[in-house]
Amino acid sequence: MTAREVAILGVGMHPWGKWGRNFVEYGVAAAQAALADAGVAWKDVQFVAGGETIRNGYPGYVAGASIAQALGWNGAQVTSSYGACASGSQAIATARAQILAGICDVALVVGADTTPKGFFAPAGSGDRTRDPDWLRFRLLGATNPVYFGLYARRRMDLYGDTERDFAQVKVKNSRCGAANPNARYRQIYTVDEVLASAMVSDPLRLLQICATSDGGAALVLSSLAYARKLTTKPVTIAAVSTVTPRFPQTVIEMPNFATDSAATLPVPDVSFKDSIAKVAYEQAGLGPEDVNVAEVYDLSSALELDWYENIGLCKPGEAVKLLRDGVTSLGGKQPVNPSGGLGAFGEAIPAQAIAQVCELTWQLRGQAAGRQVEGARVGVTANQGLFGHGSAVVVKG
Amino acid sequence: MPKQRTPAVAGWFTLDAARPALLGTRCTACGTVFFPREETFCRSPLCQGTEFEEVELSRRGRLWSYTSNSYQPPAPFVPPTEPYQPFAIAAVELERERMVVLGQVVAGVGVDGLEVGMEMELVLDTLNEDAENEYIVYKWKPVGAAASGGKS
Repeated sequence: MTAREVAILGVGMHPWGKWGRNFVEYGVAAAQAALADAGVAWKDVQFVAGGETIRNGYPGYVAGASIAQALGWNGAQVTSSYGACASGSQAIATARAQILAGICDVALVVGADTTPKGFFAPAGSGDRTRDPDWLRFRLLGATNPVYFGLYARRRMDLYGDTERDFAQVKVKNSRCGAANPNARYRQIYTVDEVLASAMVSDPLRLLQICATSDGGAALVLSSLAYARKLTTKPVTIAAVSTVTPRFPQTVIEMPNFATDSAATLPVPDVSFKDSIAKVAYEQAGLGPEDVNVAEVYDLSSALELDWYENIGLCKPGEAVKLLRDGVTSLGGKQPVNPSGGLGAFGEAIPAQAIAQVCELTWQLRGQAAGRQVEGARVGVTANQGLFGHGSAVVVKG
Repeated sequence: MPKQRTPAVAGWFTLDAARPALLGTRCTACGTVFFPREETFCRSPLCQGTEFEEVELSRRGRLWSYTSNSYQPPAPFVPPTEPYQPFAIAAVELERERMVVLGQVVAGVGVDGLEVGMEMELVLDTLNEDAENEYIVYKWKPVGAAASGGKS
């Protein structure tokens, strides 16, 4: 082990669903489960890092303190992070930095959300003609699935991927989700069932686009020295990447109307989405060939295929071959989304990146009953969200 | 009484019905072009520019990708028709600016009529209307395709 690792002492989740309750309930349930899993008393937690709740929770976009209050004020230092879909990873990064700096020994990372029905849309009201997130809905009707549809259609025209390939991703992940007690959708689908669902943003149909969900996830992190008092061989976090894009960013992304212009400066050698995992691998001293299991952000079924390439499992255009050959299925060489992924969970934004780490921890401990990747030693997460946010976490067993 | 032709957003495109163009800005220090218009700080990491001039962007480009809005988008989108009519969305790469710009595709052209790499041109069309205004927005149209269903 290198000195830059922190221990994952405990993990916990509140099941994903459409429960309609206050996000604090989910966060508290997840935190209590993680503390119990760690064998750490709440009173001993020195630092609380929350992923910020996006909407329909308490007004004011709060997280860390609300959950700390519900657990019972204990005087811990507290912070909250917003990074869109990477909010949870930013909370992890903050807690990890505090631990590695020696400022605290043990930290709670928690994210939870309550979501509205239907498309995510800009929060708040009134005309905001300088806000791209407002304008994209006003001028284009460009929902998030519109962007997913653009990426999927480009794969079809450039690489020959088919709608059946995209449906197969959903089928693969639904088999795993069916075995996951924290997943919202436990039904196993067939390709034909997926292709019979309503079109949303061509070529993506309802069953290929992740829903918005309620849920909560939490981690108890500590220094390796603190962990040695509680366990002999903890799962560790070896890297956290929360990189920004580099200019010019030439792939259109939510919520933008246009890419940067690449007419005056050279396009970066590594694309934004490639750089997210690459930086994490470099921190961990590992490469994609070392990965035994991955949890990636399948906001759409087709987007999971983009990630195979972005996290280095294969070259651009070759993702469908991995899928068709079963490499990324349970029992394959590098299973992806054994949790069932967002397709089985739906997205509870500030909890999702934390939930990815929960799943990898269970996988690396051998506790993922019914969806276990046998012998997994190294896992990687990847996600990306609005406003140039993205993250990857490398977890070692 | 004819309705007022009002751009749905000010300063993003010309109202030249025959040859409409997107309006961006160019950093006077490094020449980088921005759309939507950037008027405060140059976003190139190597440039400290703070002065910008307005530029008309290329009226044509190649289709980078495309999709559809098969479901009615939520507010602040205002559906122009009742019932809602699905429409396509295009991401078009402008060759000179080396920039991809999103826009609605004109009515009557669905995803079946689109393919990555095809040439697209900018047109003006109706976004929606209220009692006094016809709100105008730019849209993409395949070069050579029939004129849009929007009002002239």
